[in-house]
Amino acid sequence: MIAYLIRRILYAIPILIGVNLLTFSLFFVVNTADDMARMQLGMKRVTPEAIEKWKQQHGYDKPLLFNAQAEGVSKISDTIFFQKSARMFVFDFGSSNDGRNVAREIQTRMMPSLAIALPTFLIGLLIYITFALLMTLFRATALDMLGVSLCVLLMSISGLFYIIGGQFVASKLWHWVPISGYASGLDSIKFVLLPVLIGVMGSVGASSRWYRTIFLEEIGKDYVRTARSKGLSELRVLFRHVLKNAMIPILTGVVVVIPLLFMGSLLTESFFGIPGLGSYTIDAINAQDFGVVRAMVFLGSMLYIAGLVLTDISYTIVDPRVRLQ
Amino acid sequence: MNQAAHVSILFYAQNALFSEFNAGVSNMPVILWTDVMIYVLLATVLTAALWIRKRPYLVLPWQRVAKDSVGMVSLLLLSLFVLVGLLDTMHYRAALPEKSNGQTVYSAEVLSVFDALATGIKSRTEKTYSAPLAAYLYAKESMETSEGKILRDYPRLRYGGAHLVDPQRELLGDVLKRTGIGALEGLLIGVLLIVVSNMLFHFFVRFRTVWSSTGREEISKDNRLPTFTRAVKNKPFKALLITALLIAMLLGITVNLAAVYHVLGTDKVGQDVLYLALKSIRTGLVIGTVTTLVMLPFALLLGIAAGYFRGWVDDVIQYIYTVLSSIPSVLLIAAAVLMMQVYIEMHPDWFETSAARADLRLLFLCLILGVTSWTGLCRLLRGETLKLRELEYIQAAQAFGVSSSRILTRHIVPNVMHIVLIAVVMDFSSLVLAEAVLSYVGVGVDPSTMSFGTLINSARLEMGREPMVWWTLAAAFGFMLVLVLAANLFADAVRDAFDPRLNRT
Repeated sequence: MIAYLIRRILYAIPILIGVNLLTFSLFFVVNTADDMARMQLGMKRVTPEAIEKWKQQHGYDKPLLFNAQAEGVSKISDTIFFQKSARMFVFDFGSSNDGRNVAREIQTRMMPSLAIALPTFLIGLLIYITFALLMTLFRATALDMLGVSLCVLLMSISGLFYIIGGQFVASKLWHWVPISGYASGLDSIKFVLLPVLIGVMGSVGASSRWYRTIFLEEIGKDYVRTARSKGLSELRVLFRHVLKNAMIPILTGVVVVIPLLFMGSLLTESFFGIPGLGSYTIDAINAQDFGVVRAMVFLGSMLYIAGLVLTDISYTIVDPRVRLQ
Repeated sequence: MNQAAHVSILFYAQNALFSEFNAGVSNMPVILWTDVMIYVLLATVLTAALWIRKRPYLVLPWQRVAKDSVGMVSLLLLSLFVLVGLLDTMHYRAALPEKSNGQTVYSAEVLSVFDALATGIKSRTEKTYSAPLAAYLYAKESMETSEGKILRDYPRLRYGGAHLVDPQRELLGDVLKRTGIGALEGLLIGVLLIVVSNMLFHFFVRFRTVWSSTGREEISKDNRLPTFTRAVKNKPFKALLITALLIAMLLGITVNLAAVYHVLGTDKVGQDVLYLALKSIRTGLVIGTVTTLVMLPFALLLGIAAGYFRGWVDDVIQYIYTVLSSIPSVLLIAAAVLMMQVYIEMHPDWFETSAARADLRLLFLCLILGVTSWTGLCRLLRGETLKLRELEYIQAAQAFGVSSSRILTRHIVPNVMHIVLIAVVMDFSSLVLAEAVLSYVGVGVDPSTMSFGTLINSARLEMGREPMVWWTLAAAFGFMLVLVLAANLFADAVRDAFDPRLNRT
């Protein structure tokens, strides 16, 4: 198990290097540092001196990959690639355009993101699987038809509609909860309630339908027929056998996203004014703060790869046949 | 990017078409990059249709689709959207009346055939917001009465309900009258069209029978053409007919009302929301289809190559798509679009018109979306090819010494096409939805491009006004819902018909 984990993590390194190189070429080769400086300082009437100054301030005044003027190791290390890209491996994300440390910012913003994303994830999972099991129980009846039609309708509605509509109804019309904002501690509940509800609502259609497909695939198998012929009730068959055996496909889709919960959701957070990583990213995009976007891209892929490893481990928990070697 | 240099059949076709609208003045056809992509896509679809028509085993699944009422009705709706999109794809620059040095001067604004058809609702702009079917402006204004007194009241609209003398009394009656007349007209035209097309169809088939080599051979009784009454008993056909008539009625009503009202109200700068929503359709369709067109060759080529050749080829391809798919797609898109923005900003001299610039941005967005979305299909194709290459008929081909390229094109590609088709139709709706989200985040289409995302983005804060301005949002969400729902239902019909795992009897 431990040997497997180590190998798995070693295997992740080339992928992370790939991601790093990709972001590096995206951010520094497609556009030069001069272009970025000009973009930041305004397009017109920018003196070359101002550009140089901006580059110096933000550490973009070095050569890209190889510094011929430096001595020894700093030939490699005193470059944009090393300073800006390679350092991300040790969670050194540099500073944003307004001079703040990105890594510290990420640390403080992780909790609010998680406060929204984790309940959304857990409640959602419970509701989707319940709906899917219900539809499977009543499969090929009018109820199932209704459920599936409803799912298709719900998944055809834009996620923006749920947010705008939900905010309007719950906050403006009924005055249930504040429209947006965030507080720490127990006070946060009233701010978290609506985003969580809307988050769950937003993917109820697509997710329930997906779980239903998984369950229906399982229910046609031989062991289900055996269980029924033993005289088990349909409910027992569903919960005891089908649900258990459907765990592998469910885990494949679910466990991957758990680490990504830290990243929060771009839309929900910016609409509800939650100071999490999602709104951080959106603000960075709108302010064209490339340093932050670069950091988020790298962090996101790191978390995704962690999710893949977690998925493999979770298989061993639910399925004794799977052994990691 | 010199559009004038694109001399092609399309060029002449467009030219002929445009001179219809502005008799005497020849406009300059403009072919934007996304237009080229749409024409390529159209040509591909038509070629594929001709190819399939001649092969009964390929026609079979499509016949299953044709028997699905829901699928056919959604196809009808989709084709209406496509029609609007295609009309909006034929672009031109209008010739200005005055000439400089004997040369025709063209307006900087790029228009489309759809704009020409919808000149009415396009040009009738009000001062600011107005509710659907309103005769008064949304906000109060100070006005001078004939006696010279200053009065603060809702002013009349410039165009909406301008023909009414006293809107407060006449408005409802007029709207109802127009609705009734419109529904009747629409129904009448719909029935007429159906009858004519039925007659044409019969005429064409009879003509072909007479003309064909079998000559005047008597058509046996059970082989006869389906008469109209018999066809109506066919369930999908009936559903299709009813939907067509309903749509005809709706169109009749809309056209009748739009002549004197703003059916969906006006936005902040007084533009008709119906026009904006209709213009957004093309952007949605481009995002949903061109993205697929862009990513398909990569996914197909790499997926099949990885599965068939295995070894280091497989390793390299797997590495590429793992790297790409491990970056959360919104972030990758955001990063790429930001970089593209800077790039376009730095090269303003590339573009003749602002439309060309916005269009290139749209194309880039499609490219980027394509890059992030091909990995899923690629993985599926790799898996399927791995399975296929172990089958006996492939091994037999290998034993006979058939070359790899021939095995791939003759045996593997046709047998994975159903996966490609299902993936393509399933992706469409999620791409249309993604566009709205991306435009909101600020990494979507150019702000000057009309799209559902930009519409929603501009209208989002209007909900906070008192009284509320809801119609722009309602229009954008409504149009998007119909488009995406139709696409989803059609995709389901296609998947049911093509998926070999579903057993049918």
